[in-house]
Amino acid sequence: MRTLSFFSSILLAPFELVRFCLDELGTALLLLVRSLMRMVLPPYRVGEFVRQLDFVGAQTVLLMVLTGAFTGMVSALQGYNGMHRYGAESMVGATVALALSRELGPVIGALMVVARVGSAMAAELGSMRNSQQIDALVSMAVDPIQYLISPRIFAATVALPFLALIFSFAGMVGAYVVSTAYLGIDAGTFMAGVRDYLDPSDITQGLIKSVVFGLLMALVSCHKGYYATGGSRGVAAATTEAVVVASVLILVSDYLMTTLMFRST
Amino acid sequence: MSGSPGIPMIRLENVCKHYNGQQVLDGVSFEIRKGSITTIMGRSGGGKSVLIRHMIGLEAPDSGAIYIDGENIVGMGSRELNRIRRRFGVLFQDAALFDSLTVEENVAFPIREHLRLREKQVRAIVHDKLDKVGMGEHLHKFPNELSGGMRKRVGLARALALDPDLVFFDEPTSGLDPITRGVIYDLILDTHREMDTTYVLVSHDIHGVLNVSDWVMMLFKGRIAVQGTPEEIRSSTDPLIQQFTAVSGHGPLSMD
Repeated sequence: MRTLSFFSSILLAPFELVRFCLDELGTALLLLVRSLMRMVLPPYRVGEFVRQLDFVGAQTVLLMVLTGAFTGMVSALQGYNGMHRYGAESMVGATVALALSRELGPVIGALMVVARVGSAMAAELGSMRNSQQIDALVSMAVDPIQYLISPRIFAATVALPFLALIFSFAGMVGAYVVSTAYLGIDAGTFMAGVRDYLDPSDITQGLIKSVVFGLLMALVSCHKGYYATGGSRGVAAATTEAVVVASVLILVSDYLMTTLMFRST
Repeated sequence: MSGSPGIPMIRLENVCKHYNGQQVLDGVSFEIRKGSITTIMGRSGGGKSVLIRHMIGLEAPDSGAIYIDGENIVGMGSRELNRIRRRFGVLFQDAALFDSLTVEENVAFPIREHLRLREKQVRAIVHDKLDKVGMGEHLHKFPNELSGGMRKRVGLARALALDPDLVFFDEPTSGLDPITRGVIYDLILDTHREMDTTYVLVSHDIHGVLNVSDWVMMLFKGRIAVQGTPEEIRSSTDPLIQQFTAVSGHGPLSMD
């Protein structure tokens, strides 16, 4: 009997996983729809939106500059290492510019935001849920989704493209400095490569990706935190899940969007 | 001991609720009189907080009806429910103050949400409420800088901010030392005297609540087992009450 139940649990495991994933997807989508609807209905939470914009955007700028600069610097080094073999050092600037604007800026920028902002959103909302602060909002006739979730999702969706731009710009500065001061590439050659090969569509495609990443990151983090149960362990689990799920979704959606964008160009 | 006399502010009719196969509320029925201080007692984990969550509309029962001032809130839409909730004040178990706001901002929160007042007027109300609970000197502190008793006092000031018709207290004295418990009970009595509001307490501190309540009910196995005035409860020979007052591990309230 025990062997039978063991095998049946193994056989049922994939179905359970699918059921769990569909359940999570359903509640997350419902949360998204409800938060979007409340975004357009009064009362407008301008103060909360500005506070979240400051937290997600302004307070993340330094992190973007730092990580962006080092990403650009290492990209220049690796680019040079490969191209030097074919005598194509002049292409370093163009290569780094394309990589940063299309992929590295939006993706690594978003992953850094997940680490800093997504984890904080999940932990804060989870802690609010467990200390009855969300119940307190409801008891005061305040819609918690409108007050807590809508401003976070809106702020992240608006802030991410700007943060990705800052990341890419800092990366280009880093790459320029390494290329000209350390690798001995002529400054004019570096910039000519960037001008000749970087198309405005590369930047806009990167920005479109950032908008989607911002929405995904905030939705996953808010969803995990808002429905967190089980005390401090539950909050810890929600925070971890938010970071892991958001990071994976960013990479998967990046691939899907890149595929679509390749087709359209 | 059949029911609280007077015009009812709250009326529960056969309210049932189960979680994961366990029947937590099993046909709860009672009335709470307008302007009274009524306490629902019971063991920890016995469904008292669940009951209060149902009365606030945070949870819906599996069956039964919950009337607040004559209106059944079961099945009510969120807009209607919010209209009723504006008449509530709630002091949660750990006060549930907003971590990111100061004491002053916490108490101002419901006022700013629901009343269109000038900032000067908001501050005047907030300072008045905080002075009443003896927290007027801690306006700019954050909740994590306060002791448990201070948090409860700020929670009480926030619950009273909109001069509600009905205030719920979920374990108002749990985790507090006897002196602070006394301070909280005094505040409950003082504020009630001033405002003529209906107060509903859930607590397991029988000796404390008998001194402040007009009516006491005992929740046992998902139902109201005993109810009456504090005098009736004190003189009751019911084994449940006797065990509760004797703080004994032996009796009908044994661990199961």
